[in-house]
Amino acid sequence: MSTLTKQDTFSSLFTAAPKNFESVRKLAEESFLAQDIPAPKAEEYKFTNIGKKLEQSIVNYSAALPIEVTIDQVKSALFEGFEGNVLVFSNGKFLPELSSSIESVEISLISAKPELALGTIAKPGKDAFTALNQATFEDGIFISVPKKTQIEKPILLLSFNQANQGQVIQPRVWIEAGDFSEVTFLDQSISLGESSYFLNKVVEVKGGINTQIRYYRLQNEGKNVIEVSNFETDIQQDARFTSVNISLSGDLVRNNLTLNLLGSNSEGNMYGIYLLNGKTHVDNHTNVDHTIPHAESNELYKGILADQSRGVFNGKIFVRQDAQKTNAFQQNNNILLSEEAIVNTKPQLEIWADDVKCSHGCTVGQLDEEALFYLQARGIDKVQAKGLLLYAFAGEVLEKIEEESFHNYCVSLIQERLGSKF
Amino acid sequence: MLSIKNLHASIDGTPILRGINLEVKAGEVHAIMGPNGSGKSTLASVLAGREEYEVTDGEVTFKGKNLLDLAPEDRAREGVFLAFQYPVEIPGVSSTNFLRTAVNQVREYRGQEPLDAVKFLTLMKEKMKLVEIDQKLLSRSLNEGFSGGEKKRNEIFQMAMLEPSLSILDETDSGLDIDALRIVSNGVNQLKSDQNATIVVTHYQRLLDYIVPDYVHVLYKGRIVKSGTKELALELEEKGYDWIKEEVDSAATV
Ligand SMILES: Nc1ncnc2c1ncn2[C@@H]1O[C@H](COP(=O)(O)OP(=O)(O)O)[C@@H](O)[C@H]1O
Ligand SMILES: [Mg+2]
Repeated sequence: MSTLTKQDTFSSLFTAAPKNFESVRKLAEESFLAQDIPAPKAEEYKFTNIGKKLEQSIVNYSAALPIEVTIDQVKSALFEGFEGNVLVFSNGKFLPELSSSIESVEISLISAKPELALGTIAKPGKDAFTALNQATFEDGIFISVPKKTQIEKPILLLSFNQANQGQVIQPRVWIEAGDFSEVTFLDQSISLGESSYFLNKVVEVKGGINTQIRYYRLQNEGKNVIEVSNFETDIQQDARFTSVNISLSGDLVRNNLTLNLLGSNSEGNMYGIYLLNGKTHVDNHTNVDHTIPHAESNELYKGILADQSRGVFNGKIFVRQDAQKTNAFQQNNNILLSEEAIVNTKPQLEIWADDVKCSHGCTVGQLDEEALFYLQARGIDKVQAKGLLLYAFAGEVLEKIEEESFHNYCVSLIQERLGSKF
Repeated sequence: MLSIKNLHASIDGTPILRGINLEVKAGEVHAIMGPNGSGKSTLASVLAGREEYEVTDGEVTFKGKNLLDLAPEDRAREGVFLAFQYPVEIPGVSSTNFLRTAVNQVREYRGQEPLDAVKFLTLMKEKMKLVEIDQKLLSRSLNEGFSGGEKKRNEIFQMAMLEPSLSILDETDSGLDIDALRIVSNGVNQLKSDQNATIVVTHYQRLLDYIVPDYVHVLYKGRIVKSGTKELALELEEKGYDWIKEEVDSAATV
């Protein structure tokens, strides 16, 4: 079997790429060519053989065109209790006519911002898929929150995706938040249809000093979707950034999440749940880079895996030599509900400073049979008892979602799943 | 109410219960005593339906039904209640939610209307008094960080909420100070009626000063080797278990 190479697999994307951001794209293309699609044993993709997955059925990928989305579809896609601003996307393309205009927030197409420093936060050299996106993305969205502004209602990025096997959807998002601003993003996509397209998303967030940014993402793609997302943010002095990522479905999902703590007294939080069944494979690679003293990072990812699903967790924490007085905490806990489910979990700490507080831990276990029996012995049905225990396990992450309606929505989705399938 | 005939059970192939016979009628209190490791908790667990134990022989009927055929939750709904020797801590599951789910599932099985939040709280308040349990404990996760005594009290509180017809109390007294013992026993005694029965498992006689048994059985090496009235318990307190062990062991070698 031949290994995939850039020449054949994505050549149509390069040919069809828009001509704007010429130098940015050119550098990204070179970077992609240098990195190539990760080879089967590539260290960063050791447990997630994305090359094989992409190659399985497809020889030559092309870009998916936007599909038509109606206002009714948008309305019915909004979760119960949602109150806020909606930005609608179709296969990655922003649809302003279906979107809210948000008071005091600037929203524009990336193509209308030719000066934008794309790729300066999520650098193409770090990951081949970031490079691929940057070299060939159609267009994307630019969102800017002015300084000292509090956006009270959340901004929902609602994506409708529908493409065929062999097509690529490449969302690109650039978010800026001025000093002292505060904003919450909700990110949700709706897969229309069951086909196996490739979603390759890049999000860059540029936060100012003393910002409060929350980014909550619900990954509930179609069960055949192959997805890579690269999310990176710079966190400045006195700022706090929190990510909560909930993965419920997909064929193969790889999330690269990177927080760069660049200013003192900054805080970066990464929380996640993966609740998987069937053959779903979800890989969360997280990085937090402590570059300065007096910053804090907290991380908690929890996995519940049934059937033949697979979870991968890799948590890198860098504490650079200057980053004295760092506090960095990391936990990854997993419950396997079947003998065929697999978890690969690896903390990766590189600490160059000496005066730091770091802790990490990972566990992989089964459902607590003692606890299950205890609940049953009180008259609670076995399925429901399992659901209660698993929900209790996941709840520790869910409670990190500070947006109440979204929290409730995620709770209901997860309870529904735990009350039936598992 | 409960009839156990020639019950054998093993774990991982090792026989633990080796022919238990016991009849319990409504209104009765039975004490099961015996040295550590004799199989008391195993008997209690088998009755409650713990799956690790394999019943290899014998039968158990409860109110005319084959108990061994029922899932643990259905045994509970039929009216069997086990107060655990070691109640499990379950972080993240709130005591109140748990109890409400349990009470309503039991009620549903018994053909009763579910309790709404208000009625449930009223019932809870009433039963809390019975074992003098603090509201604060119940706002925490189930048994999480509870002291030994608080856990035992919580077991009896749950018993009060679920209104079982057969309660099996597995070493509910061990580790309790006298005050707590009095409170717990008082709770148990108040719940007693001629409609329900209690099996008290203990290796100390002390508890039986508070919960007075109609019958006392001694379990040793997986069998009931002696039965009597509450005087037997006093005799055991005075003389220990050795004479019984000797009696049984010498009989076995003859
Ligand atoms: N889960 C288990 N695995 C293996 N052996 C067990 C298990 N539970 C109980 N036993 C054994 O069964 C015997 C009876 O135990 P148990 O019923 O707990 O006694 P008691 O409650 O009378 O102290 C002991 O020898 C104990 O070691
Ligand atoms: Mg015992």
